[in-house]
Amino acid sequence: MRRFLSLGLLCALLLSISFTAQAQSDSNPPDDPAALELLEALDVRSYPAKGEAITAILQSDDERARDWLQALLDGRLQRTDDGRFVVVLDNRGRDWPVADALTNEPLGDMSRRELDRIGINNALRNQLRSAIAVVDLYSPDVERRRSSAERLLGEVDEELAEPLGELITEEEDRQVQRRLAQALAIYQVESGQLEGVEALRGSLHPRARVALSRAASGEDPVIADAASEALTSIEQNLKINRGIETLYFGLSLGSVLVLAAIGLAITFGVMGVINMAHGELIMLGAYTTWMMQQLLPGQPGLALILSIPAGFMVAALAGIAIERGVIQFLKGRPLETLLATFGISLILQQLVRTVISPLNRTVITPEWMSGSLVVNDALSLTLNRMFVLGFALVVFAGLMLIMRRTRLGLEVRAVTQNRAMARSMGIRATRVDIMTFALGSGVAGLAGVALSQLTNVGPNLGQNYIIDSFMVVVFGGVGNLWGTLVAGLSLGIINQVLEPWAGAVLAKIIVLVFIILFIQKRPRGLFPQKGRAAEG
Amino acid sequence: MSFLQSLSQRDRVFDFMAPEASPVDVRHGPILYMEDVTVSFDGFKAINNLNLTIDDGELRCIIGPNGAGKTTMMDIITGKTRPNQGSVWFGSRHNLLQMNEPDIASLGIGRKFQKPTVFEALSVFENLELAMAADKRIFPTLTARMTGAIKDRIDEVLETIGLTALRYQPAGILSHGQKQWLEIGMLLMQRPRLLLVDEPVAGMTEQEMERTAELLTGLAGKQSVVVVEHDMGFVRSIARKVTVLHQGSVLAEGSMDQVSSDPKVVEVYLGADDEEAA
Amino acid sequence: MMTQSSSSQFWLTRPFGERATQIFLGVLFAALLLVTVLHLAVPQGHPLHVNAYTVNLFGKYLSYALLAVAVDLVWGYLGILSLGHGAFFAIGGYAMGMYLMRQIGDRGTYGDPVLPDFMVFLSWDSLPWYWLGFDMAWFAFAMVLIAPGLLALVFGFLAFRSRVTGVYLSIITQALTFALMLAFFRNEMGFGGNNGLTDFRELLGYNLRSNDTRLGLFIATGVALALGYILCRAIVTSKLGRVCVATRDAEARTRFIGYRVERFQLFVFVVSAMLAGLAGALYVPQVGIINPSEFSPIFSIEIVLWVALGGRATLYGAVIGAILVNYAKTVFTGVMPDAWLFALGAMFVLVTVFLPKGVAGLFRHLKRRKRDDGGDQPNSTPKEAAV
Repeated sequence: MRRFLSLGLLCALLLSISFTAQAQSDSNPPDDPAALELLEALDVRSYPAKGEAITAILQSDDERARDWLQALLDGRLQRTDDGRFVVVLDNRGRDWPVADALTNEPLGDMSRRELDRIGINNALRNQLRSAIAVVDLYSPDVERRRSSAERLLGEVDEELAEPLGELITEEEDRQVQRRLAQALAIYQVESGQLEGVEALRGSLHPRARVALSRAASGEDPVIADAASEALTSIEQNLKINRGIETLYFGLSLGSVLVLAAIGLAITFGVMGVINMAHGELIMLGAYTTWMMQQLLPGQPGLALILSIPAGFMVAALAGIAIERGVIQFLKGRPLETLLATFGISLILQQLVRTVISPLNRTVITPEWMSGSLVVNDALSLTLNRMFVLGFALVVFAGLMLIMRRTRLGLEVRAVTQNRAMARSMGIRATRVDIMTFALGSGVAGLAGVALSQLTNVGPNLGQNYIIDSFMVVVFGGVGNLWGTLVAGLSLGIINQVLEPWAGAVLAKIIVLVFIILFIQKRPRGLFPQKGRAAEG
Repeated sequence: MSFLQSLSQRDRVFDFMAPEASPVDVRHGPILYMEDVTVSFDGFKAINNLNLTIDDGELRCIIGPNGAGKTTMMDIITGKTRPNQGSVWFGSRHNLLQMNEPDIASLGIGRKFQKPTVFEALSVFENLELAMAADKRIFPTLTARMTGAIKDRIDEVLETIGLTALRYQPAGILSHGQKQWLEIGMLLMQRPRLLLVDEPVAGMTEQEMERTAELLTGLAGKQSVVVVEHDMGFVRSIARKVTVLHQGSVLAEGSMDQVSSDPKVVEVYLGADDEEAA
Repeated sequence: MMTQSSSSQFWLTRPFGERATQIFLGVLFAALLLVTVLHLAVPQGHPLHVNAYTVNLFGKYLSYALLAVAVDLVWGYLGILSLGHGAFFAIGGYAMGMYLMRQIGDRGTYGDPVLPDFMVFLSWDSLPWYWLGFDMAWFAFAMVLIAPGLLALVFGFLAFRSRVTGVYLSIITQALTFALMLAFFRNEMGFGGNNGLTDFRELLGYNLRSNDTRLGLFIATGVALALGYILCRAIVTSKLGRVCVATRDAEARTRFIGYRVERFQLFVFVVSAMLAGLAGALYVPQVGIINPSEFSPIFSIEIVLWVALGGRATLYGAVIGAILVNYAKTVFTGVMPDAWLFALGAMFVLVTVFLPKGVAGLFRHLKRRKRDDGGDQPNSTPKEAAV
């Protein structure tokens, strides 16, 4: 109840001149003359008069008010040749579907020539925006109040300031309350009140900073000093937040690198097989996700979850085919293996181009993965990246477990260290080779599933990651999974730290050159394997 | 240690600034002197406080069970492995720990590997040609010409190692024993002051072994020879002085008879290995 | 295993190789002569006439062949699989391209007497320092060799000193060319960014669009190939060549007999990079453009395929491989462009698995079979004895 009283007060303030209605047509159903009157008032020549009409609509407490104002703002409130008020529902194409402005009743398509738009100018646009925001502030819907408060930042003027103070004390939602307080404080700073500066201290919103920096260069020395002091502390705070953001992006990029490289760390690091088609196995994983979403339309989340095992299987099977079909014949000839698998990568790429499409496919991000986690005004962490980061860590932990705790891991290590000995102890080396290669390839498929959430899925997807992946494995130390994790994450972070001042491409070049030089200095990577075995 | 290593790397880079290699100084007796050498791989001490002295012109046999550190010791002397501590001197002038493999080789230390490694794609003749003591820098190598003297020298060694008939065959087709001989021949071409010979008679017939024994004993005196061998019969036939390695350090040293009657040696080595060795 | 991979090279240093050189040079000069005669003396429209386009295409193949010889020198004889030779090729090409750009003078779209069009477009007001001197032919031609040689020297010095070899070296050479590709894509580098250098007009005063210049470039490339081949042949048949083969097959052993392996590797690597640069410089005026795609890792790895297909460690095999693959590429991309990558990929797989010694190995195999059928069994099958 009090809310409506306040609304009334507010409207009274917005309204400086009393409202006069000029009814002139009765083409609309006559059962709502008051509403019709309100709308009629808009259809005048003079812009000031239109302004008054807007205020009148605000004041009317009519529940359709917001829709009318929004339609007016968007240029969708129009009048037909026969004088009816309609709202255009979709103003694209030649004929537009319209609905009656008073009854919301659809009236079918109308030619744009039959319609006459109610024009507004920029001043009215601003008035409309704050009017809508004000209407929204009283909405029972918290979300609507939130976005309305957001829009009010920097838009508060003298007339709004007073009722705003009252609203703040009444608001139940903490977030809306804080926003409104900020909006008010910005107005106070702009109008030279010291208390506004105090209230804005620590606020990270860009609008607040604009207001403060304007005040800092203002004429009043007291306020200017206070404002610049507040600004310094905000800048400091921002720096920390930017640091966290860079770290987050770095970790995110790093997790992508780890995912892409960890499968390689198994096939290359543990088995010593150079698989240049590793990138294409990643690509297969990503396409599997796309395919799953095609098979399960409307359920992108379920499709994504199912893609995890499916992507693993598809890539693992492809890996087995590569191992059996080519690599087994090239044992002990690593350079030839490199060339042959490169050929396979070309074939797989072209296969996808021919069978699916040379163009990128879009993989839908399910709702629970989209959006971001808002920490404060300067820092929000996108959820999909967080999921991928978590996924990378889970995959890593899983692989660690397999290599350390299972029979397969034991056999893999035995075969790697001494093939002949392992065989004589009854380990079927060929089977171990197949399993290891399938595991490494399957992990590449998992990487593809995760990557489909971050980048475009296209035939070149794998190519973009192969060099990076090799760099990560070599940098981390071949044959060392921990090394791959540390290398991937740290390279991701280094890249993101460099990016702001070097640009994305140069940052990448610097990282590549850094790794090239690093390998010269420590040919066996960050965490080298030691001992006699490594000397060979 | 890492400082020393960096020094040695620097040597390698700017070696045109280094003084000409000076001849080995053996006026004080020993040609090879290893003191307190320790190497560990991941905590495992392959060599543990090893002390070893080889006199100029001596023929020394080194025996010891598997894993005693024989091959690692050779790796240290030839610059392949850097010890964690200790010192290794060639004569009394050259600190081997500050040199790399080619430097040590040109100084006059030749090595025959346990597993014979010859250049399989090259002919027997070419294998010997490459090994020959010569100016081994790039441009002299590029412009090197085959002279009569070189040919004679190679022919002489071919005769010694009995591979004259196979001189133009690629080394890859040689039998295991022939490869061993070729490697010994390559050692001879190098004219080293010190020969390190790792298991020279593995895979050889009785007659071949006899010829090898003759060859090695013939070399001693002019050159110093260190032989690592498992075959006790062979060691007995050539040895004047034997060193027994065990767990990376010297267990016993002396003539074959002294050593084989040493109870410690019998316990760790001969006792366990007797039937096999005989 | 070792025997198997290296035994295929037994005959490299055999005198047979020398006869192969004579045959190779003879065939090359005959081909040059034939194309010249068919182009000049046979009237247009006659079925035997070789038109200017084809002469140009052959010239391109020959520059690729020179590049393949350079790769074979390091891969075949030294055992270093460089996946970055495209970078040396491209740098040589850029050096030539810079000279050709400066030759345009004020005839560019913007008419600036000094600055190339793309610099005017980026509103640069003066030439970057590294463009200075490229208006002089001698300087530019020297840079064609020096620039790639210098890069190879620095890179090789670091890599070989730390004994980075085998697969590791392959991977970092690939990273090198990838990094360079990214760098050359940047407009700020001053090499025309994405578009590279193009719109060339004259080389040493000869109009690049005239048929006679094209024929001249074709012949010059053929002569360069012959000289490069002879140089490589001289290296591989010298004692140094034998040290290289020794290094390839047993690097540690070569050190223990007193060779500073890293210097031999560096020397050969630099020579090879310079030859690749020369090939790039001859390539650019014939195709009329140089852009960063020449740095792409795929191109570099493709060169390796030419060598592998032709037959590693034979030099003439590299030439055969380069011409065969590129001819196939021309045909395929004309008829069914989609199938080309399938064919290329299949070639990689089939050559490495079924034809590890390449076409040259096949020749040799057939030849030996014939000889064996004719008698003298005991001596002539050393390889079988080894395996």
